[in-house]
Amino acid sequence: MKSIYDCAKERILIIDGAMGTMIQRHKLQEADYRGQRFANHHIELKGNSDVLCLTQPGIIQSIHREYLEAGADIIETNTFSSTSIAQADYDLQALAFELNVAAAKLAKEVTNEFTAKNPGKPRFVAGAIGPLNKTLSISPDVNNPGFRSVYFDEVVESYIEQVRGLHEGGVDLLLIETIFDTLNCKAAIYAIKTYFQSIGQPTLPIMISGTITDASGRTLSGQTLEAFYISVMHAKPFSIGLNCALGGEQMRPYIEELSQIASCYVSCYPNAGLPNAFGEYDEEPADTAHIIADFAKSGFVNIVGGCCGTTPAHIQHMAEHVKSIQPRPLPVVETSLAL
Amino acid sequence: MNTTKTILPYLRLSGLEPLVVRPETNFINVGERTNVTGSKKFARLVREGLYEEALSVARQQVESGAQVLDVNMDDALLDGEKAMTTFLNLLASEPDISKIPVMIDSSKFSIIEAGLKCIQGKCIVNSISLKEGEAKFIEQATICAKYGAAVVVMAFDENGQADTLEKRVQFSHRAYKILTEQVGFDPQDIIFDPNIFAIATGIEEHNNYAVEFIEATRQIKELMPLTKVSGGVSNISFSFRGNDVVREAMHSVFLYHAIKAGMDMGIVNAGMIQILDEIDPTLRELCEDAVLNRREDATERLIAYAETVKAKGKVIEKDESWRLNSVEQRLSHALVNGITDYIEADTEEARLKYPRPLDVIEGPLMDGMNIVGDLFGAGKMFLPQVVKSARVMKKSVAVLTPFIEEEKARMVAENGGEIKSAGKILLATVKGDVHDIGKNIVGVVLGCNGYEIIDLGVMVPAEKILQAAREHDVDIIGLSGLITPSLDEMVHVARELKRQNFNIPLLIGGATTSRTHTAVKIAPEYENGVVHVLDASRSVTVTGNLLNKALKKNFLTDVQEEYVKLNENFRNKRPVKQYLPIEDARKVTAGIDWNEFVPVVPKKLGLTVFEDYDLGEIAQYIDWQPFFIAWELHGKFPAILTDEIVGKEATKLYEDAKVMLAQLIKEKWLQAKAVIGIFPANEIGKDSVAVKDLNGNDVDLHFLRQQIKKAPGQPNFCLADFIAPKSSNKQDYIGGFAVTAGIGIEKWLEKFEKEHDDYSSIMLKALADRFAEAFAELMHERVRKEFWGYASEEHLSNEQLIKEEYQGIRPAPGYPACPEHTEKYKLFDLLDATNNTGITLTESLAMYPASSVSGWYFANPQSKYFGIGKIEKDQVIDYAERKGWTVEEAEKWLRPNLEYDI
Repeated sequence: MKSIYDCAKERILIIDGAMGTMIQRHKLQEADYRGQRFANHHIELKGNSDVLCLTQPGIIQSIHREYLEAGADIIETNTFSSTSIAQADYDLQALAFELNVAAAKLAKEVTNEFTAKNPGKPRFVAGAIGPLNKTLSISPDVNNPGFRSVYFDEVVESYIEQVRGLHEGGVDLLLIETIFDTLNCKAAIYAIKTYFQSIGQPTLPIMISGTITDASGRTLSGQTLEAFYISVMHAKPFSIGLNCALGGEQMRPYIEELSQIASCYVSCYPNAGLPNAFGEYDEEPADTAHIIADFAKSGFVNIVGGCCGTTPAHIQHMAEHVKSIQPRPLPVVETSLAL
Repeated sequence: MNTTKTILPYLRLSGLEPLVVRPETNFINVGERTNVTGSKKFARLVREGLYEEALSVARQQVESGAQVLDVNMDDALLDGEKAMTTFLNLLASEPDISKIPVMIDSSKFSIIEAGLKCIQGKCIVNSISLKEGEAKFIEQATICAKYGAAVVVMAFDENGQADTLEKRVQFSHRAYKILTEQVGFDPQDIIFDPNIFAIATGIEEHNNYAVEFIEATRQIKELMPLTKVSGGVSNISFSFRGNDVVREAMHSVFLYHAIKAGMDMGIVNAGMIQILDEIDPTLRELCEDAVLNRREDATERLIAYAETVKAKGKVIEKDESWRLNSVEQRLSHALVNGITDYIEADTEEARLKYPRPLDVIEGPLMDGMNIVGDLFGAGKMFLPQVVKSARVMKKSVAVLTPFIEEEKARMVAENGGEIKSAGKILLATVKGDVHDIGKNIVGVVLGCNGYEIIDLGVMVPAEKILQAAREHDVDIIGLSGLITPSLDEMVHVARELKRQNFNIPLLIGGATTSRTHTAVKIAPEYENGVVHVLDASRSVTVTGNLLNKALKKNFLTDVQEEYVKLNENFRNKRPVKQYLPIEDARKVTAGIDWNEFVPVVPKKLGLTVFEDYDLGEIAQYIDWQPFFIAWELHGKFPAILTDEIVGKEATKLYEDAKVMLAQLIKEKWLQAKAVIGIFPANEIGKDSVAVKDLNGNDVDLHFLRQQIKKAPGQPNFCLADFIAPKSSNKQDYIGGFAVTAGIGIEKWLEKFEKEHDDYSSIMLKALADRFAEAFAELMHERVRKEFWGYASEEHLSNEQLIKEEYQGIRPAPGYPACPEHTEKYKLFDLLDATNNTGITLTESLAMYPASSVSGWYFANPQSKYFGIGKIEKDQVIDYAERKGWTVEEAEKWLRPNLEYDI
């Protein structure tokens, strides 16, 4: 079977769209989130999308399936918040490992199904590693800028547990995404390296996707795009890219810049535009696809997909638009400065 | 669009912003004061827990030019891990400090790791070493790699510190092999510190330490070219503790030689690096004796000098009768006459007299500036005076600003008041270009007319221009540029403006821009108004028209109609010229008879470097005419001084220039550096010339040939025609040069900027440009007479030199005879110009400092200047083949010369 590397050489790869947006369509209630297993849990679970991997596996698999039908090459596990630190909000920190294993298995089952049907277009599972609800380089207390609500070692420990779960559950890639504090990302990289070193196996391909929060062109923790890329280069990632916070249109200059400086593949999965007055994303599938196709034609991207507000329809339009466009060729990485 | 990019192995670091260390990057200052072992003040602040103040030490380092911040908490009385964590966490919330990368400095690895856990950017670990054996070294290096840090490797091994040249190189190389082969480090992430030790200590064995460090640096860089070399500079002068004058001089002298040998960065007190040329020449020589270990009594002599060092001071005085008038009259007088002596006190007096500080600006100051504007508009006042007036205005406004801000804050708090300006204008010199005299003049002139100027400076990328335009909600964008690649960049900006739906007008200015280029290439890209502005005085009328709602539409329609016509004319006119196929053009060369030709063997082959040329000698070669053009005073020099209309002002300007010139020479404001080289060369067909570089390798220079069809018998020139062909079996030669007179200029420009003194700032830049040109003229003469010596009998006056009445030419890549800029890389490589002169090249091949000149020397008596003119696609294809480029690349670089559209 073709590896992800073979596929990336051939064509622009499609990564799936929003999970949260799709879950919302099911209009799940508190009881649905709890299922039988957590019927008596002492804290409200509604809104904890990740727990659905245990309580509503059918719904999660159906969403994966829709995206694969729309043409996604890569789907993300439903594990954005499946760390002990993030799950502590629901007092489910003890379940972090189990959530990751379950989510990876769910996704892998569905991709195996699709790959079996069409071995010429293998599908891959990316284990989603979210940014956490606590940051390592920003103080939550404005009056005490030196204060931190979490420490590097704790974050590394929490991420190691997540990575172990995802790996044992069978993911093909690891995706550190929606990075708004680069130090959190560096902790995730540290965790991945430490974990694979400890089991004596080669590291899975790493995708890194940062978030430029606004028109300042910087991450929430203040870095410019190039500074961000330089800070995470040591991961030797399979791809570097941007997702969330901005729509495709606002992302353009940043994706263009990344395409110039990145020595690896470039990914881009923006939101469906900027939220409207009601906080909803209303960019039409054809419009998003149009913007993405422009990036593809300009030679900026290798992997495209959607973030908040995007749906299988968005992904399908995108896949249609980019299928005949050549991917951005990998740059030549020189090892000397002689002319 | 899908061209493959190349990523080069540069050391890349980051704080909030990137720091990419390219070969042409100047020495990197690592700020040393945030080090408890080196700064008593910092140590005390940290020990007492006064971190806020400790942060201000860091800020001061950044403000004084530190590009990396060294942080060291190694103090027996401190909990080092905790202090490091606390300080770095606080630092993270200070964007003006954390924008630069951090160097975590400790001899305890646990402190280093504590630091690594707090830093989001790519930092430097200082240091690890083989002191405790290979296993420990590998373990620590692996941890650094997991955090993505670059490392400083100290030259240690299990038996101790490297104190000889051989050990310094050997230990470094051993560490290199382990890091690259076993740990997986990229060579560019390795920084060696080959140990700077104190010299001039009185102990004889110490005398050669600096020499050995410098030589070790050279060998390390040769052996491991991608790695970097750093060191703690202040160690060198340790024996002169307490005598900052001597210490700083020693540092400057040491750095000067170490940087030449390849030292990339150093831990220094960023605020206290002295300019080499400002050191008292006696002291400088004594320091050089000690650093280079040139004489046995160097230490004694330096100590003797150190005893004598003392501080100096100075006084100036002046008075006039206009001081007796009312404050309004005095302000007006000061503005119109450009007198700054009393402006601060007068402004303060006016501020107390008027109810609001803004009234002073809108009242007497604007009245004065209106007089200036009227006089300028009526041609009764000239640019140099306007710039002087602006200096007065700026200084006055600077006095008022804090009060206005205070009032504004109060008004906003009370009811939301606003202050309006005539309009906001964004100015920028485009990406890749460093020239800004014209842009600054426009800024001053428009500023005088009440516009708010947002000046983004030089080398500004399109995205930043657009972003700033949006952020400041500007009314007009003005772009400037001097070199030809900037024309493309302007087209790019225009396209981006269109793509991002801007609707504000775009002004184009700068020496290579033209109405035709604007009409043909830029205006069609952006329909919301593109106007070429010839000079600063025109900019006022143009912006006036554009910002007046009633006039704007008609004005733009007129301009657009004119441009459409120009564009049509340009396109219609073009087929009239006929071009020869390149093979045919090559048949009608300059036609030098090589059988008769006797090449003059140069007196001195190879490179000659001039470190610090006497500015007084250069000044004698100045051609003054372009100086007046820079100030928009047109006329022949020296006739312009007695010109009926501008004569008086031209004379004044000339006098001011001469005053600055004298001071600049006396106080050595600028350092003039040059490198020249003469190399064996032969023409090898296809308009190319093979040059033997210093190592005996062939470097092929590729030239272009005129392709326009001329009258029968008229040659189609190419510079290669002036070099004897290989087939003639005669060894011919070509020369090259790079000179600059801009080293050290920044400091003065900053000073003038701080003083709101645009007049002096523009004056200095214009003079530096003249110096660079004069220097090129002088070197050319010396090459003709001495170094090459083909015209040793030549005796020409400066006037004859300016008229180029000499034999041989010195065309520069990027100029009409060889318009393709990238050949400048070869020129710079042949001359090792960046190392030898400090001139660097931007991505558009502009030279920085801007006051620099480079080019080739052709000695053949028949060589002459010409312009290539337009060329056809067949030559472009041929050229692309020769350069190993795609045709698209060739077209990109040759765009101004293409006869066809792409």
